[in-house]
Amino acid sequence: MPGPEMPVSLTRVLDSDGKVVGALPEFARDPASLLKLYRALVLTRSFDTKAVALQRTGRLGTYASSLGQEAVAVGAAAAMQADDVFIPSFRDHGGQLWRGVTLKELFLYWSGDERGNDFGRPREDFPNCVPVGSHAPHAVGVALAFKLRGETRAAVCIFGDGATSKGDVAEALNMAGVWRAPAIFVINNNAWAISVRREKQSAARTLAQKAVAAGIAGEQVDGNDVIAVRAVVEQALARARQGHGPTLVEAVTYRLCDHTTADDASRYRDDAEVSRHWLAEPLLRLRNFLTRFGYWDKAREETLLRECSAMVESAAEDYLATPPQPLSANFDFAYASAPAELLEQREAAIALAGTP
Amino acid sequence: MTELSLVQAINGALKRAMDEDARVLILGEDVGIDGGVFRATEGLFSAFGERRVIDTPISEASIAGVSIGLAAQGFRPVAEIQFTGFAYTCIDQMINHASRLRSRTRGRLSCPMVLRAPAGGGIKAVEHHSESPEAMFAHIPGLKVVMPSSPARAYGLLLSAIRDPDPVVFLEPTRLYRAAREEVTDDGAGLPLDRCFALRAGSNLTIVAWGAMIKEALEAAEQLAAENIDAEVIDVATLKPLDSKTILASVMRTGRLIIVHEAPMTCGYGGEIAARVCEGALTSLLAPIERVTGYDTMMPYLRTEAGYMPKVARILGAAHRAMAYA
Repeated sequence: MPGPEMPVSLTRVLDSDGKVVGALPEFARDPASLLKLYRALVLTRSFDTKAVALQRTGRLGTYASSLGQEAVAVGAAAAMQADDVFIPSFRDHGGQLWRGVTLKELFLYWSGDERGNDFGRPREDFPNCVPVGSHAPHAVGVALAFKLRGETRAAVCIFGDGATSKGDVAEALNMAGVWRAPAIFVINNNAWAISVRREKQSAARTLAQKAVAAGIAGEQVDGNDVIAVRAVVEQALARARQGHGPTLVEAVTYRLCDHTTADDASRYRDDAEVSRHWLAEPLLRLRNFLTRFGYWDKAREETLLRECSAMVESAAEDYLATPPQPLSANFDFAYASAPAELLEQREAAIALAGTP
Repeated sequence: MTELSLVQAINGALKRAMDEDARVLILGEDVGIDGGVFRATEGLFSAFGERRVIDTPISEASIAGVSIGLAAQGFRPVAEIQFTGFAYTCIDQMINHASRLRSRTRGRLSCPMVLRAPAGGGIKAVEHHSESPEAMFAHIPGLKVVMPSSPARAYGLLLSAIRDPDPVVFLEPTRLYRAAREEVTDDGAGLPLDRCFALRAGSNLTIVAWGAMIKEALEAAEQLAAENIDAEVIDVATLKPLDSKTILASVMRTGRLIIVHEAPMTCGYGGEIAARVCEGALTSLLAPIERVTGYDTMMPYLRTEAGYMPKVARILGAAHRAMAYA
């Protein structure tokens, strides 16, 4: 790896076998909270599996799976408080689910229905961002709003390794630093930006060290270790709430899936590389840890899989039974109140469609 | 009643908006203690402090982006982009985020922000300081686009822009910042963002313009009057949404239309107005619609910019052609 070495720490609590190799944070001493995290990882994977299956059978739009990276968004969201604001990228369903977005809303969104972004809760979270990295400045704005109002809330924004090459992200880190804004930026470094390796995005040895130039805290965390991700983001949030400003967290993980359902990763990477990374995936290691300590066994695993699968199937049925919005909705939400010229187009469109 | 220049009227509207609504914030480059390079925010930093008048790093795209985050959180950010040419990096944030946050969340989140930027040439500036990007912004669904032509209208339109529940791009003709003064009543009254303003009534032809070109249009109308040609002058003021009705009603009476703008002709906003008039008043037209615009060249450096910008003589030429046609 080229470029100078920068002082960046890497936090890991569990190794890939689920053995404890770092300090266990307080929450990890409570089996219930670990089981809740594990359940969230499994639910996320169940959702991903179903979403890909629906897309393959023509019942969902192009879909970006989070296979192998579930611990990043779930860990970050688990570190947040309910009234914090999540500003996710397009691969962070696990975090959205943790925050209260429903499976049905996620299916609706990925089916191409804006109502999927009208979350019942959390009402202030942003919809996920498709243009790479351009949501990072929004997190600064949200965090600045909290700071100006004297609130102890914080914004958490996730983007990929590729996004760190964007000017938006560089600008956002810099601005957040200047204003000591309570914003946490989490990089889902999954090693691939579609077909381009991490090494081709930046000569920097770590992506976390981009924080150094912005004058903010930066650290790496094992992105397949949900305990470590939650712990690191919790600490960053605690600092932010105390007025100590933003943190850039690089979560090192691996994209076990294609970029999206429109991608075929076999065109540009070896199966052997992918297989190797399956040994380090996040569900396996937490399951091993829980099993070792007697909190988990095969029967409970099967029960959980059945439960998650049933929830996902039920939400999918619910989504599939939901009729599309009327055409008029696109006009009705373009502005707070549609200008006259838009109302004319609305009427014409309705007349043509023969239905609102 | 006080006589104010356009930039003073902008300043007065900003101050009024900040006085009446604690959610209104100003952010941008040098907007704080310096009062902005054109002095539009002069005195606001000392009046409202650094929590409401925020100097930003030089990051135009993120000035727009941060405003989106603030607006989604209930603030009313008024972002200043220092010079026209630097506003282009904001287009990504405006088109992909600001304009559609309401639509993509089906009304759950919205983006009541104003992006202010100077626009247009004629102040002998260096390159990238004199462009007229209004058509680029007007092409974006979900935005409103305003370009005032006088101190009083700048005051009222900016107040309405700040109070509007949706994102507004507010382009200020640099050349008019200090060109003339007029009486402006600082009474907090806004002007509607869905209406064109007929500045002069006439029966022979209609001249439609906006921003700095209103001055040329009115001068041309004066000279035409001396030839017994009675020209109506309409200030579009708000380009998006467009008040087609006012323009159509005028053309139906006059039968002739001249559109004047400083931006290049091809895909300029004049094309949109011409199309609307063809759709709505074709049978009233007595002559082909004339466009008097900047040329399809790069905005020239200052030594030749005068020859680029539409002048009274070009408007008169168009008027004579239209009158001679029928």
